[in-house]
Amino acid sequence: MNKPFRVLVVNLTQQKSKVEFFDTRKQWLGGSGLAAGLFENYADFDQDPFHPSQPVIFAIGPLTGLFPLMSKTIMSFMSPYNGQYAESHGGGRSALALRFAGYDALVITGKAQRLTCLGFGSKEINIQDVHFLKGLDIFKTGKVLRTLKPRNPGHRSILRIGPAGENLISYACVNVDTYRHFGRMGGGAAMGAKNLKGIIISGDSSLELPSDTLKEYNKVYQSIYKTITESGAVKKYHNLGTPENLIPLNELKALPWRNLQSTHDPEIEGISGETFAQDLLLRQVACAGCPVGCIHIGLLRERFGDEHEYLYRQVSYDYEPIFGVGSMLGVTTASGVLTLLEEVEKLGLDAISAGVALAWATEALEKGIVTTEQTIAELAFGDVHAYVEALACLSGKINDFYLHLGKGALNAAYVYGGEDFACVLGQEMAGYATGENYYVSQALGFRHSHLDTGAYSFDQEEQARDMEVAIKYMQDQEYYRILMCSAAGCLFGRKAYPREVFIKALKSIGLEYSEEELDATILSIQAHRWAIKFRTGFKPEEIKIPKRFSEVETWKGKTDTDYMMKLKEKYQEVLREVAARHKFQEK
Amino acid sequence: MKILKASNMKRCIGCYSCSLACARNIHKSLSWKRSGIRIHSSGGISTGYEATVCLACDPPPCAPVCPTEALRPKKGGGVILKKSLCISCSECATACPVDAIYFDPDNQMPVFCIHCGRCVPFCPHDCLEMVGSAKEVPDE
Repeated sequence: MNKPFRVLVVNLTQQKSKVEFFDTRKQWLGGSGLAAGLFENYADFDQDPFHPSQPVIFAIGPLTGLFPLMSKTIMSFMSPYNGQYAESHGGGRSALALRFAGYDALVITGKAQRLTCLGFGSKEINIQDVHFLKGLDIFKTGKVLRTLKPRNPGHRSILRIGPAGENLISYACVNVDTYRHFGRMGGGAAMGAKNLKGIIISGDSSLELPSDTLKEYNKVYQSIYKTITESGAVKKYHNLGTPENLIPLNELKALPWRNLQSTHDPEIEGISGETFAQDLLLRQVACAGCPVGCIHIGLLRERFGDEHEYLYRQVSYDYEPIFGVGSMLGVTTASGVLTLLEEVEKLGLDAISAGVALAWATEALEKGIVTTEQTIAELAFGDVHAYVEALACLSGKINDFYLHLGKGALNAAYVYGGEDFACVLGQEMAGYATGENYYVSQALGFRHSHLDTGAYSFDQEEQARDMEVAIKYMQDQEYYRILMCSAAGCLFGRKAYPREVFIKALKSIGLEYSEEELDATILSIQAHRWAIKFRTGFKPEEIKIPKRFSEVETWKGKTDTDYMMKLKEKYQEVLREVAARHKFQEK
Repeated sequence: MKILKASNMKRCIGCYSCSLACARNIHKSLSWKRSGIRIHSSGGISTGYEATVCLACDPPPCAPVCPTEALRPKKGGGVILKKSLCISCSECATACPVDAIYFDPDNQMPVFCIHCGRCVPFCPHDCLEMVGSAKEVPDE
């Protein structure tokens, strides 16, 4: 139970690595908790995000590989987007590969002199010079990295950045195994600052299962697997996938369109989950260790010759990316969305932030705040080709305008004006214009994500404007989500993993927690994460909810600005109280 | 006798539930290598997945190369291993024409499919099935 975590620590400046044993499982559980513990241990709170000393951390949890849907890796770093402690979650094969490489976490510090790829398995570590990959896109990079060590096809996970990460765009992402990402808060730029183009994790070892609890373990496994595959609890994620939300949210007047100038549009059919599934869905893919298969791959077919000459690409899509480069940019065809998603993918950008930033730029151009000399591309809602051009400019920091836009829409708005319509809530908004609770929750949330508290769902409840109820909902949800993310599970598995199931699952592998002990652990992790976030500069009272959010109309009617501002003020206090529970140790 | 066939790999979503089930139930391990069925992509996930699994050759080329007769042909195809006789020479793995025997470097033992079918119910896409072995299907 109190076995320390086994952590691979790599220093890219010195080109050295070592195996370290870190603290205890009881205190940090794993995943999100472990990442926070490691961050406090390795980070320099007073240096900027691109300082070589800052760590980039990847952590898995106690249930990784042992149970279905426990398939996430938690990446933590000092965010290039806001200079604060940040977490981003990714799937693919990354979590199981790290488990089978024999580590609970990977910590990377320092900065390589030349562009580098780190490769490791259970019996090898290679720090490889890949200067020849400079500027290469995600796809070409992937092809080359597959030829590097360790060679273990099918049982490796390959993490890589594109030009956006190398160019330190604040919302560059890390691509994982072609179709998954550490998407938000600029993890790609954190790797770029280390001259780290890729990471190859080879899952080449096996672990013995604990013989004394094997019978119980198999029983618990079987029961969870059955819930997932037979109860329909996660069926929607496989069927149409998350894009099944597009039509319902549009009907609710809660889908942001054209930089949130509206929340409903009759042209929704063109980009609905149903349209994607019927016309373009090629197949589904899963993260390793998850039988759900929520990753939807679309077929992008393009005619390139006068005769019937076609080329095709396989592009993954989900609700959020469809919102980001679809409805938010006024793109109303599924193939148009895939064209933009492929471009975003190739360059290594976060699809949500890139889409929302370009939506702001489009409106800024419409209003004459910026000119086409600055935007180069003639941005207009719905114009796919203009956005393809703009994405290349953005990832290449081609001029001052894109340099500012690459730091976020609000950052560009500070320079050029147009703060009122920058759809930024801590970071570029996610696709839920559901109401006040969600706006406050994302603006103040730990990851500035819709997944921090799920308040978009609370917005749809009857008591949606009862502040006490809202805060309790958000705090309860945050508790559960920290538990899920510290076990390093996928949040799509929420219905299969209530708290009592976690306790059973942990016990079946020899990690015994009483309900009280587990609660204490999660509350301590919560306090710790928030304390680091405050310590690295989080000032909730300075976070603005731009005017556009007050103008939004949902099925409930206009935004209740008074309620929203009171909720924000109250929630700020709650978060400060949470953070105050943690006491930093002297280093 | 029935044998395992990965008949519908075009449907595979790459969840590895089959490998994990074999490792868990047969080898009491957490592994995606120490398993009778191993799933691979080749050249990235966009190319889809393949299964590496014993084809239940009859006669099996891996058995005669075993110097201690630890590996013996099984009626209907495939082999059985008598662990106590194995000297960990790995000749069987080298002889397998389809790389279906994984020689585990940790415990120095060959790992291959025993056609027990325990992985089949864990495939969410029905890629796997148990079918009658060649011997039971009359030659045309």
